[in-house]
Amino acid sequence: MSTATGESDREKIEEARKRLDAHVVETVQWHFDPATGCPFWLEWAASAGWDPRREVRGFADLARFGHFQDEWLRGGPVRRWVPNALADRPVYVFETGGTTGIPKSRINIEDFRIDYELFSETLPDEYFPRGSNWLMLGPSGPRRLRLAVEHLAHFRGGICFCVDLDPRWVIKLINKGWMDHLKAYQDHVIDQAINLLGAGHDIRCLFTTPKLLEALANRLEEEGSSLEQSGIEGIFSGGTEFTPQWHRFAREELLGNVYLTPTYGNTLMGLAASGPSGPENGYKITYYPPQPRAVIQLVDFDDSSRLVGYGETGRVMLTTLTREFFLPRFLERDEGEREPPCAAWSWDGVSGLRPYSRFAAATTVGVY
Amino acid sequence: MIHFPVLRWGEPYKSLEVEKVVHFATGEPVAEVSQANPGLVARDMRRAERARQVLREIPSEELLARIQKAGSLFSSAELPLGEGTQTPEEFVRQQSATTGLPEHMCRMNMAKLRYVLDEIGNILRSLTRGLDLDMLGRGYGEEAGLMRSYQANTPVLGMVLPSNSPGVHSLWLPVIPLQIGLVLKPGPQEPWTPWRMAQAFFQAGIPKQAIALYPGGGEVGAAVVGHCPRSLIFGGTPTVERYQANPAVQVHGPGFSKILIGDDQVDDWEEVLDLMVDSVLVNSGRSCINCSGIWASRHTEEIAEALARRLGPIEPLPPQDDRAALAAFTVPGQAEAISNDIDAGLQQAGVEEVTRRFREGDRLVRMERCDYLRPTVVHCRSPEAGLAGKEYMYPFVSVVRCPQARMIDSIGPTLVASGITRDESFRRALVDARNIDRLNLGAVPTIRLNWHQPHEGNIVDFLFRARAFQMA
Repeated sequence: MSTATGESDREKIEEARKRLDAHVVETVQWHFDPATGCPFWLEWAASAGWDPRREVRGFADLARFGHFQDEWLRGGPVRRWVPNALADRPVYVFETGGTTGIPKSRINIEDFRIDYELFSETLPDEYFPRGSNWLMLGPSGPRRLRLAVEHLAHFRGGICFCVDLDPRWVIKLINKGWMDHLKAYQDHVIDQAINLLGAGHDIRCLFTTPKLLEALANRLEEEGSSLEQSGIEGIFSGGTEFTPQWHRFAREELLGNVYLTPTYGNTLMGLAASGPSGPENGYKITYYPPQPRAVIQLVDFDDSSRLVGYGETGRVMLTTLTREFFLPRFLERDEGEREPPCAAWSWDGVSGLRPYSRFAAATTVGVY
Repeated sequence: MIHFPVLRWGEPYKSLEVEKVVHFATGEPVAEVSQANPGLVARDMRRAERARQVLREIPSEELLARIQKAGSLFSSAELPLGEGTQTPEEFVRQQSATTGLPEHMCRMNMAKLRYVLDEIGNILRSLTRGLDLDMLGRGYGEEAGLMRSYQANTPVLGMVLPSNSPGVHSLWLPVIPLQIGLVLKPGPQEPWTPWRMAQAFFQAGIPKQAIALYPGGGEVGAAVVGHCPRSLIFGGTPTVERYQANPAVQVHGPGFSKILIGDDQVDDWEEVLDLMVDSVLVNSGRSCINCSGIWASRHTEEIAEALARRLGPIEPLPPQDDRAALAAFTVPGQAEAISNDIDAGLQQAGVEEVTRRFREGDRLVRMERCDYLRPTVVHCRSPEAGLAGKEYMYPFVSVVRCPQARMIDSIGPTLVASGITRDESFRRALVDARNIDRLNLGAVPTIRLNWHQPHEGNIVDFLFRARAFQMA
């Protein structure tokens, strides 16, 4: 991918920076105005000793918030996160992982729709034909994914079929060492996908996880078919397991002519799209967040106030700035390398995403 | 730099993900290792039957001859490695550099593997009780006028290998001559032996389609276990507990090997002092067959003191030094955690570290990039002491006072027990003890293995099942 180096690129970067600063001010005004903000941030401001509405003039000023603590999202009352201006709207609640203890919850009203509509712009119509039907094969339940992928299908004029996988049960099976049960559960999930793909529903687009994609491709092949022959044309998938090596493996051995694109996202952020990745660039995967709604920064492991240089490794720090959710400077459980703006995105990206090495030993990832 | 690719049924595959293996003392990269992704294992295992098929096309006698030739190549030839080649002496230096094992111990382990390959015919005759090996390939045959049939439980054996001691590789050497393919996941610091052995096999005429090698992380090990109908894995007590009920997995965990001295011999304990020292110290105490417990009903303080006098002064020496008796801990924090665990155990009443009196300096020796633990002898006045049942990956032994009558019930699972006794009733009890796997009666060090005998289960029984078979 070409980096942004020309004069017009520099102008675009500057423009994006100004847009971000303006968006930060607007978002902070919204969340800390008693008429529009949510109880959590209004209470926070009451005891903070400073007024964010007066003192935040740009993105850099968010440093005054310190780091958003994930414990704040664990437990209720969940209504404290609903902005007063949106209190009469139907509210969804989405949860993250939740493998141990109480999961983190984030309220959602329209954000997931907006995020996936923005993401839709990055999907090539050639491989994700408008009007075609989708299969969502992965974790749904309390997660955003099910509704989000279904909305994506609707937005693109299709209908979405869903097969659920409960990752919390998968983690329990792994931790208990019940590998036979794990295999049986995976087979159960794949059985349902195979049934749907063979049922004449004209499913041509797929969201799934890397592990399930492997299992689906292998099963189709065992049955004398393939992803391509099943009618699939485009797939998007994601997670820290979606590494360059895995992408190469999938392209070389699983996909045939089926298109696959990586994404990085979670309940707290939205969805980051990737620039082109393939043999021409060593399958390097670089994600760019949907700025100004979300910003990804790479910070020093030991000093989170210091951004690492381009190409250097840092911990992912996420800031989410929407009218539904204000999450300043949240230290994620991932690390990667900082990437410069490029022609398509005039802000920083991240490559080489992987679980944060200082937590990795204690974390079970890639279970589904 | 030396690069280890993934071997997919003998075909090299360079991954986009590589891990560097570094010199334990200098931190200098020694090699880089391609990291497989679990999906590769799943894809390749669709061709597992072919691994057995190509081996069955070679008559057993011929296969044995090739394996013996491989032994000679392994220990003496210049074999392919990365873009170049590797001499046996380079192998020793490189293996020592990444595992922290002194070079003379690497040589000793190399000789051990060579011995097993030289003796492979006799070892298989012993493990199969003299069965015609072609019968295993064919599936049936007559023996002494009786029809016999054996069916392979799997076309390949999966192996999740450790990094602690290269001697463990002896366990999978009989597999190819049994016409079963190999799927190996090497230990992160020890890619050397699986690679070199595979190259020796290939040069000796073993078909490449019979061997796959997948370096990688824990999820690759899980894929090997998940996709091979039979697997052999190494790990700590949690791994053992996880897999012990799984008939498809043979787990090799801590050995908790012991010397049990009977009341009839304990007054002459000095006669077996050398045996005790060797059992604790050889191979830097890294093997599951190293002794971690010496149990007797009396003289235990004197035994502990005599052992401590011999073991306590032993210090780390450079790995090139032929007198080096200690291997380095290359995983950061591991030695310190062990030392802290021992200190916690010493808080119990009736537990004393005896080596402290015979050692200058601390048990934990910190170097710039690695650590050492100096030999440790602990005396426990009763079997209830927490340290009485511990095993660590270095020369550590608890000398435990325990009445003979309570000994067998108190020792817990024991891979190797050397029973120093002529008392027939005690010998009978040891023979019957189901918590003992390998039993030595008399003055046999725990570390002396007879390779003609099964180790933690007979691998032939694990790979094949006897069944009824009739033919009209």
